[in-house]
Parts: sequence; C-alpha cells; structure tokens
Amino acid sequence: MTLTEKILARAAGRNQVVPGENVWVNVDILLTHDVCGPPTIGIFKKQFGQDAKVWDKNKLVIIPDHYIFTSDKYANRNIDILREFAKEHDLPHYYDVGTDRYKGVCHAAMPEEGFTRPGDVLFGTDSHTCTAGAFGQFATGIGNTDAAFILGTGKLWVKVPPTMKFVFEGEIPPYIMAKDLILQIIGDIGVDGANYRAMEFAGDGVMRMDMQERMTLTNMVIEGGGKNGIIEPDQTTFDYVNARTDYKYEALYNSPDAKYHSIRVYKSNELEPMVAKPHSPDNKAKVSEVKGTSLTRAYIGSCTGGKLSDFQAAASILNGHQTKIDTYIVPATTLIKEQLKTETIDGKSLWNIFQDAGCYMGEASCAACLGGPADTFGRLNGEEVCISTTNRNFPGRMGSKKSAVYLASPYTVAASAIRGTITDPREYLHVTV
Amino acid sequence: MKETIKGKVFVLGDDIDTDQIIPAEHLVYSLEKPEEKVFYGRYCLSSVPEKQSGLPQGGIPFTQPDAFESEFTIVVAGKNFGCGSSREHAPFSMQIAGCRAVIASSYARIFYRNAVDGGFIIPFESFDDISHEFNTHDEVEIDKELNIVRNITSGKSYPLQPLGDVADIVDAGGIFDYARKVGMIE
Repeated sequence: MTLTEKILARAAGRNQVVPGENVWVNVDILLTHDVCGPPTIGIFKKQFGQDAKVWDKNKLVIIPDHYIFTSDKYANRNIDILREFAKEHDLPHYYDVGTDRYKGVCHAAMPEEGFTRPGDVLFGTDSHTCTAGAFGQFATGIGNTDAAFILGTGKLWVKVPPTMKFVFEGEIPPYIMAKDLILQIIGDIGVDGANYRAMEFAGDGVMRMDMQERMTLTNMVIEGGGKNGIIEPDQTTFDYVNARTDYKYEALYNSPDAKYHSIRVYKSNELEPMVAKPHSPDNKAKVSEVKGTSLTRAYIGSCTGGKLSDFQAAASILNGHQTKIDTYIVPATTLIKEQLKTETIDGKSLWNIFQDAGCYMGEASCAACLGGPADTFGRLNGEEVCISTTNRNFPGRMGSKKSAVYLASPYTVAASAIRGTITDPREYLHVTV
Repeated sequence: MKETIKGKVFVLGDDIDTDQIIPAEHLVYSLEKPEEKVFYGRYCLSSVPEKQSGLPQGGIPFTQPDAFESEFTIVVAGKNFGCGSSREHAPFSMQIAGCRAVIASSYARIFYRNAVDGGFIIPFESFDDISHEFNTHDEVEIDKELNIVRNITSGKSYPLQPLGDVADIVDAGGIFDYARKVGMIE
C-alpha cells in the first residue's frame, strides 16, 4: 500500500484498503475557521441538538483567520459565534482574535502548534487543509455538513484515492523555489489532473527541502484537483514536529510493493522559474516567456507564500532596492510577523528591508488572497494586474473580477516588484541566466 | 421524490470555481437566518466573467441584480465544475437561488461531495461535454429514473451517468438523513 492508503487503512481499523473503496475513518483532528466554523456549528446543533457535546474537544482546532481586520459587521459576528461556542464547550484549542493567542492563517499555524503529525488523519473546512500532508499526515478539505458530522461522531466516510507520484531527482537550483515545482506540475496535469487522487512528492530534490518549502508543494495539490498531498516523513519532519508537541504519533511509510496510479520524474536542474498566468493555476508559462509583462501590484502572503522562508527569499532580492509598484507583505502568522523583525540579512531585519523598499506591511491573516470584504488589506478592487505568491488566480479570486493575477515564487514576485514588470529572479540573484 | 426536474437552463464553460459561484466577500451572511440567507441566491454565480455568464451569447446574469432567486432551475457546464475553495456556501447558494441540478462532464471532488452530503442540488455527470448542445434559456427536463436530460427547445436527448455510490445519499436528502435511515446515528 501507499502511505496514503496505509494511513486510511489504520484509521478505518483495517489491514488493507484499495483505491476506490469507501471506508469510514476515525478522525484525529478537525480544523475549522471563521468562514466555515459558524455554519458548521449551526448544522451540528440542528442535527445533534442544542446541548450536544462535541465528540472530543481535544481534537477540535478552531483558528479564525479569514476576515479578521475588517469593519464588516457580519464577518465580526462570525468571530463572536466561534468565541461563544469555544466558551460553551470549554475548547482548549481556540485561538481567539484580539488576544495573544491569535495566530493567523490556520494552515501555517497548525504546524506551529503541533497539530500536523505523521500518520494521523486531519480534516478541515478549507480546501488548503491538504498543506499538512507535508508532515506525512492524511489531510484534506471538507464542507460544513461533513465537518458537523465529525463534530458529533468523530468519523467520516472517504473514498480511498489512488496515488500519483511526482519525483524530483537531483538538487534544486538556487533560483528555484517549491512554488516553481508545483506550478510546473499543475501546468503539466491541469486543474483537474489529480481529481480524486493523492499527490505524493518524493526524490532527493524534495527531501532536501525544509518543512516550509515542502508545505508549499502540498498546499497547492488542490489546485490540481488532488484530494491530499503527501510526503514521506523523515528526520526533517520529526525534528520539526517533536520540537512543537509531545503527542505520541506513529509515522507510516510507503510499502516497497506500493502501487501507484502514475509516476512522473522531473530532473531538478532542468526546472525554470514559472508563473501561472490569469485566470487559472494551470495556465503555466516560464518566466522567460512572459518577462516584461506590465504589473500594477505585487503581493507576498498566504498559507502557501507567506511563511518565513518565503519572506527570507523575497527580502534577499529586495534588500537595497525600491519597489516600483504597490507591494503588500502579509505574514501568514503572528509568529512569522515577529520573526520578520528578528531575522536579518546583512544585519538588517526583514521587516526593515521591506519597509525601506517601500512595501506595505500587513497583519497576519488570509487578507487579500481570497479577496474578502471590501476593506481587506491588499484587495484588488479594480483592474489591477497583480503578481502574487498566493495559490489561486481564478476570476475575481483576489477581489474584483476585472483584476488579473499571476502566481509566482517569492523570488519572482520580489524581482518583479522592483521592475514593475514580470522579471526573472536570476537577474537579481547574481547567477547566470 | 419527484422523478423529473424541469425548467430553464443556464449554460457555463469549464473549470467554474467556487469563488465564481459565490465570491468570498459574500461568505459573511448567516446560512440559517431567512432574512440573510437570501443573499446567497442574489450573489450566486456573480463572479463569472460577463462574457462567460449564460453561454453561448454571454452577458446573462444567473440572478438578476435586484432579485433573490434565479429564473434558472438547471445549470449545464463543462469539466471540473466547482473546483477551488471547499466552501459549502457554493452548492448552498445554488439551492437558495432556486437551482435544483447541475449537469457537468466532471466535478471537483469537494464540491460534488458537499452538494450530495448537504442535499443542496443534484450533481449529474454527462458522458461527454454537452454544454454546447444547450442555449441559456432553453427549456430542459431531467428524467432521474432513466438518467436522461431532454432539451425540450431543441428536441434532443442526452444520456447521463447513473449516480452510483451516492444515489442512496441523494435519495435520503443528505448525509444526516442517510445516516439516520441506516441507523448510524439517532
């Protein structure tokens, strides 16, 4: 069996499962946030009763992150509903807005708080829940109704997905980031190329990555239609997880006789900086094919592109330069925001590098990655042409449906912010183009 | 349960993602309060680019700007309908707008599951992409027993794939009703 099949088999209490069969699994963690939490709670109460108890309050994690810094009264009411529910059920893992427990984007906060554990099963009411697969966890997004079912029962049915394997052989070149790899893959297979399937990433190119870069790969499997993304856990994984939780997990691995739907092999040294052109994540182009394209905005943030390593990459290019277009910096979590002030390049903090380059600095949240209420930081309200480290560029995703979004790595976004046009990061990384 | 679904059809292309079905800025309304949930009907499919809204001519809103309900009962689209965000608000908004079924050549996994488990709309799969066989506003009838869609306006019929695994959940009206029916929950 593959790693994904083995996790589902164990969670279903079975010795074996095969792709295509439906199994009921026990859930280790349920994650929800401010957009889907309130309707999930509504369905839970309607179906199980006003006084019903959640199946296991230690396994429920609620991280508000979507619409936080807004004056929208309905959005703020959603936070009130979460707060009330957390109080009513005495929930230990609620991260309230306006307190020092507030985290920011749930998928980036989950690992920080030790909820991404090898071999476990995680469901979340957000399509990017698949990010946690970087830790060798089965993790996938679900709707409010399924989440309410879990709240009451701790179980859910899943169809076992076949696994597509993506192998990167050899060391990743210094101007290439995980975002380039996943944009290449999605461009190759299409936005439905992995529908109903698991996407596994392997090879020494992947296994040399730190956890943050691995998360960029698994985060975007949903953009290929994938059910879950997964990477076999190794010492890098265990070091990260063990530093953040005492939870006793039991890691699982692929069997030697695992059967795959397909295996694609990439040579790492042949990779190029990539973009996804408007209006689909699979609309791929090499940066060299679109360089010079005019832009009006740059955006660095989100669960996939607002991690510390993303800002370190962007700052290494922006250091000593001025941005030519409005450039927004949105740390994924409050911890990352603090790290921007303590991490340095040539003795200068990342925060100061961005400020001196003329960037607008935001608070930790999902912010404009998904548009949000009209007063959202960085939202595209008109005909902007934005280059962004986020994960989707469907029509209207970052606000107005008249806007256009290019997806790219933090290197490429930073280099493009300096020129105001799509720019190959190698021009600023001092390597031969 | 009625065995046919009949009404006007609204035609869309490929890869209609859930941000186009219900834009994120509208996800703030309550899904329970009657005076608020009607807004999900008003803004349903409001982020589809104008030229692709109501094919083949385009420029047709699914729900008129001041209305809360759509005149369209059935949506026909190409591949990968409902990709992107997992928001259950998407099939919910289609139900609130008055839509009862979608016919697409394929679905993104989470949307399909949400539509079925929440009992919002029925997601039928066509064998090929049949979206170009329909004009927005055509009268259409889905026969659930025979798994056929008839374009009454053109007089042509097309087979649909059987619902298969999920038929029992669709018939029960959602996962909770199904789970009660089979004794899984009280």
